[in-house]
Amino acid sequence: MDFLTLLQVLDTTIRLATPLLLACLAGLFSERAGIFDIGLEGKMLASAFLTAAVAAVTGSVLIGTAAGIGAALMLSGIHGLASITFRGNQLISGVAINFLAAGLTVVIAQSWFGQGGRTPQLSGSARFETIDLPLAGEMRGDIPFIGPIYAELISGHSLLVYIGLLAVPVTWWVLFRTRFGLRLRAVGENPAAVDTAGISVVGLRFAAVAICGLLTGLAGAYLSTGLQAGFVKDMTAGRGYIALAALIFAKWRPWYALGACLLFGFLQALALRPDVIESTLGFEVGVQLLDALPYILTVVILAGFVGRAIPPRAGGEPYVKER
Amino acid sequence: MTDHTPAIELKGISKAFGPVQANKDISIRVMPGTIHGIIGENGAGKSTLMSILYGFYKADAGEIFINGRPTQIPDSQAAIRAGIGMVFQHFKLVQNFTVLENVVLGAEEGAMLRPSLAKARRQLKQLAAEYELNIDPDARIEDIGVGMQQRVEILKALYRQADILILDEPTGVLTPAEADHLFRILKGLRDQGKTIILITHKLREIMEITDTVSVMRRGEMTATVQTAETSPPELAELMVGRKVLLQVEKAPATPGRTILEVENLTVIDSKGVERLRGIGLEIRAGEILGLAGVAGNGQSELLEVLGGYRKAEGRIRLNGEEIDLTGRKSDARTRRARGIAHVPEDRHHEGLILDFTAWENVAFGYHDKPEFNKGIFMDNAAIKADAAAKMERFDVRPPNPNLAAKNFSGGNQQKIVVAREIERNPDLLLIGQPTRGVDIGAIEFIHEQIVALRDMGKAVLLVSVELDEIMSLSDRIAVMFDGQIMGERLPSETDERELGLLMAGITDTDKPHSEAEIEANLAKKRASAAKEA
Amino acid sequence: MQKMPQWADVVLIPLISLILAALLSALVILAIGENPWAALKLMVEGSLGSTYAWGYTLYYTTNFIFTGLAVAIAIHARLFNIGGEGQAMLGGLGVALIALFIPWPHWSLALLGGAVGAALFGAAWALIPAWLQAKRGSHIVITTIMFNFIAAALLNYLLIGALKPSGSMEPATGRFPEATHLPTFQDMFSTAETALFRGAPVNVSFFVALLACVAVWALIWRTRLGYEIRAFGQSESAAKYAGISPTRIIVVTMLMSGGLAGMMAINNVMGEAERLVLNAVEGAGFIGIAVALMGRSHPFGVLLAALLFGFLYQGGAELALWTSIPRELIVVIQALVILFTGALDNMVRMPLEAMFLRLRPAPKPARKTEPAE
Repeated sequence: MDFLTLLQVLDTTIRLATPLLLACLAGLFSERAGIFDIGLEGKMLASAFLTAAVAAVTGSVLIGTAAGIGAALMLSGIHGLASITFRGNQLISGVAINFLAAGLTVVIAQSWFGQGGRTPQLSGSARFETIDLPLAGEMRGDIPFIGPIYAELISGHSLLVYIGLLAVPVTWWVLFRTRFGLRLRAVGENPAAVDTAGISVVGLRFAAVAICGLLTGLAGAYLSTGLQAGFVKDMTAGRGYIALAALIFAKWRPWYALGACLLFGFLQALALRPDVIESTLGFEVGVQLLDALPYILTVVILAGFVGRAIPPRAGGEPYVKER
Repeated sequence: MTDHTPAIELKGISKAFGPVQANKDISIRVMPGTIHGIIGENGAGKSTLMSILYGFYKADAGEIFINGRPTQIPDSQAAIRAGIGMVFQHFKLVQNFTVLENVVLGAEEGAMLRPSLAKARRQLKQLAAEYELNIDPDARIEDIGVGMQQRVEILKALYRQADILILDEPTGVLTPAEADHLFRILKGLRDQGKTIILITHKLREIMEITDTVSVMRRGEMTATVQTAETSPPELAELMVGRKVLLQVEKAPATPGRTILEVENLTVIDSKGVERLRGIGLEIRAGEILGLAGVAGNGQSELLEVLGGYRKAEGRIRLNGEEIDLTGRKSDARTRRARGIAHVPEDRHHEGLILDFTAWENVAFGYHDKPEFNKGIFMDNAAIKADAAAKMERFDVRPPNPNLAAKNFSGGNQQKIVVAREIERNPDLLLIGQPTRGVDIGAIEFIHEQIVALRDMGKAVLLVSVELDEIMSLSDRIAVMFDGQIMGERLPSETDERELGLLMAGITDTDKPHSEAEIEANLAKKRASAAKEA
Repeated sequence: MQKMPQWADVVLIPLISLILAALLSALVILAIGENPWAALKLMVEGSLGSTYAWGYTLYYTTNFIFTGLAVAIAIHARLFNIGGEGQAMLGGLGVALIALFIPWPHWSLALLGGAVGAALFGAAWALIPAWLQAKRGSHIVITTIMFNFIAAALLNYLLIGALKPSGSMEPATGRFPEATHLPTFQDMFSTAETALFRGAPVNVSFFVALLACVAVWALIWRTRLGYEIRAFGQSESAAKYAGISPTRIIVVTMLMSGGLAGMMAINNVMGEAERLVLNAVEGAGFIGIAVALMGRSHPFGVLLAALLFGFLYQGGAELALWTSIPRELIVVIQALVILFTGALDNMVRMPLEAMFLRLRPAPKPARKTEPAE
């Protein structure tokens, strides 16, 4: 594999890692607050659809994204209602949300656009344009090695990619340097401590679930307007679950989440380039194996063979007051 | 006090949970700068009342006055604003946070964390100096002992400038020496003008530290008296509603052959901490061995090993025959078959399946016995008949085997467990915290059953954190500390002071020991445990 | 305290949840500009109006009984098996291998062999998540989800590779031999004069599914193993105290669960397609979750809920055929059922409980009971 091919694969890695990263950080906020969320997939899907649909109709990707975030927030609201207000089973709620999104997006898309459950192809201002960072053109040729890296790898992505990357330090800072973060972590470890300290457990958890909705909304918007040009049925294709896997892989920590999502993004990028693998390794690797690799890796990690992942202590348990 | 406005006044507080009336028309006045005790049996409604005062539950009726002003306390925030702090029986701390972070949680200065933490650090230093509440602010909660954790809870309240401090059964997890230290802190707080409410079921503590005491029974407040003007027998009678024998009547033991021999038993838990370090003991037929100690010093692990559901190293012989401790036969089923019955410490999480019916619970652990089975199917009719008979003999109320276990009171639940285990005619009975959360009527009944079993020539291992229970039931007493047996005594030749020293890990009990020495010993144990982990 | 009578818990709550789900679905149909009443009539006509329609409804029901029982049995051990989809896929593989590579003399023996193969393969696919849960504490929900994806990749790999007959372009196995074809209801119930269930895929496996219901019921409520599974599901710590091995219960329960999910393949692969195609399971593994929740994890409830979903599935297919309502509406209804009967259970339950408490006569003071802890 030559340098330029490597750059291309890495460039694809970043683009494929972005929806994973946004969804992973979304899950991080939710699960750090003690709300398990296997509904990341559904929220991304709902947002991907509504973003594309509204962008197609209005011609504005920003209005579309706002609508997509709205859709994800709605589903977050349902998850919050079920798992916080009515203390239901968070896993079951997540499963329901995934199906709800999978079904509703197609039903609505069909009735809205009549194109077999997809939105029209997006173009122009209905998509996120790539952003060329300053001096990218100049540096590409002028400075060896660093220049191409800057121009190919770092520059030339859409806004949401940079937002995703920026979300990592922001998440870290919010969690570990602010009052909100302290309370958020506390409510995921021991909600009774938060409650007896006079803070609303319900309020905090809803806030966390809302942030989760916002970030999955961005992830979905990127899928249908950044990565691809329009919505197609089931376009998340398990990314919500891979993000969940990345979250476990990352042990619920923001910087590790970046690493895990880049790794899984890299695997996905490789799966798109079987020729590269073959020329590098010297033998053919089944695409199916590469597809399955993130899941297999996650199982290996879950099995605790590569360091143990300890989830937030109160995760998955609805909070019931007791003395 | 010159001031005659009560710090707290409750008028006509009532609270029902469904059809259960937890508090009935309760009125109480607590004067500022006093320690006020609230005593009552389990389920009398003490904790409910205090939870209402702390805004954890909402009363169905009644009024609350703080310093004479009518006050609404809809939530804990309001209670904190009204100057009330509460130390719950189960601490409300975030295990992987530091002491400082726990203290600050909910009382931060602004949106940023650093200034809040800096301020709290300064304040803690001051509070420590003022009230003997020394603690490392950067230690993680999971690394410090329960005594220290309790201090964090008290500091949390003081940091929020509480004038009224409520403590719910605070000594349950402490050694006698730690309890003495706590009481000294509380007296110091009182002398600074703070008002303290102490909830307990221990008469001794009421007599030792309170100024006034209120007695609760079945959700009602039966009396409020000056502590100096009452006596333990009087309080006990007020609690139960009849005269109570504070002593168990039993004839001297006549120990026979050795039933159980334990040698050099060692347990290392999943975190690598040594929970049992070379335990050795022996119990004979017709003898009750009482195992005293503060909770968390290895008693639970010992019961689990003997009961067959924790692996260990060492040797155990029952009736002279070796018991498998690690192999395929080291499970609870096999132990039962060998004649070991076990009333576990925690009936809610071990002894019973709360959602199962009483009859299903009566077969629990013995469900593979031939008399309960017909071929591959279980013989439910036979189990029901057996359950009905056992429940009648043990006077379980209501005597309905079809009722779910969760619908019985604590005492009746415990009777179901004790009936199931004792009626199997075991050679050895393991019984942990037999009377925790049990009313006095059931306590007397269960104690009689234990003594009767002994008199039938069976061996009994009694584990309890209640020294009174150990002293009155045991024929011999062994004391556990830090996974070891610190010594054995005869009840007639020892006293609470000596057992208290052993519980703190001090074996040369003849010599006088300062509190500092005892604390140093406890700290040493925790340091070594933390290092292992 | 029992807060409300048992019939309310067993009948009323699922019924109200179902009505809520139906109302919301009607709203969705309304919102996309169709008439819900007409849609319902079409669904009833298309799924119950003829023996042909029943033939499809019962075919789907058979699938859902298997996957519903699979989820239900795991729920009794408090294990949430989301892996029914993958286990059913592997079951299909098991059936295909057995049908293709063993010469069967008669369909009855083939059915037996197919059932065993399907169950074994399904169980094997559940074994690793079960073992990881029991021994390493890996969350079974996550691992079973991962195994669904891995199963999909594996089948994909086999069906475009080793199992595809040479010369074929389609990702599927070759057709199973004649002797393994199961009798359909048409074969069984048609007389010379009247052809019943003509062309419908429902087949003898429906009776196997009914047998499975009875077997699971007896297992859960009448055997020692069932007692131990339920005890473990209620309290792991108590189970250990009683000498019930958590590892054994987790592994055995998941093997049975995976086996049941896998056995679905005798219906859809052996009974209907008569070869193994890609995506043969068509989400039935996930519908099993809704079926189990709706049926309160009771085999009889599962049977009823499976019938309901069989009706929805066939009715939904008819809708897609005759109106502009896409088939995915079924997924929406399925989601709503899971949401209301599973996650929002308390939303329905709490007001009902309050109502029953108010209706209850005040406790008599003479029979004073102590407050339960």
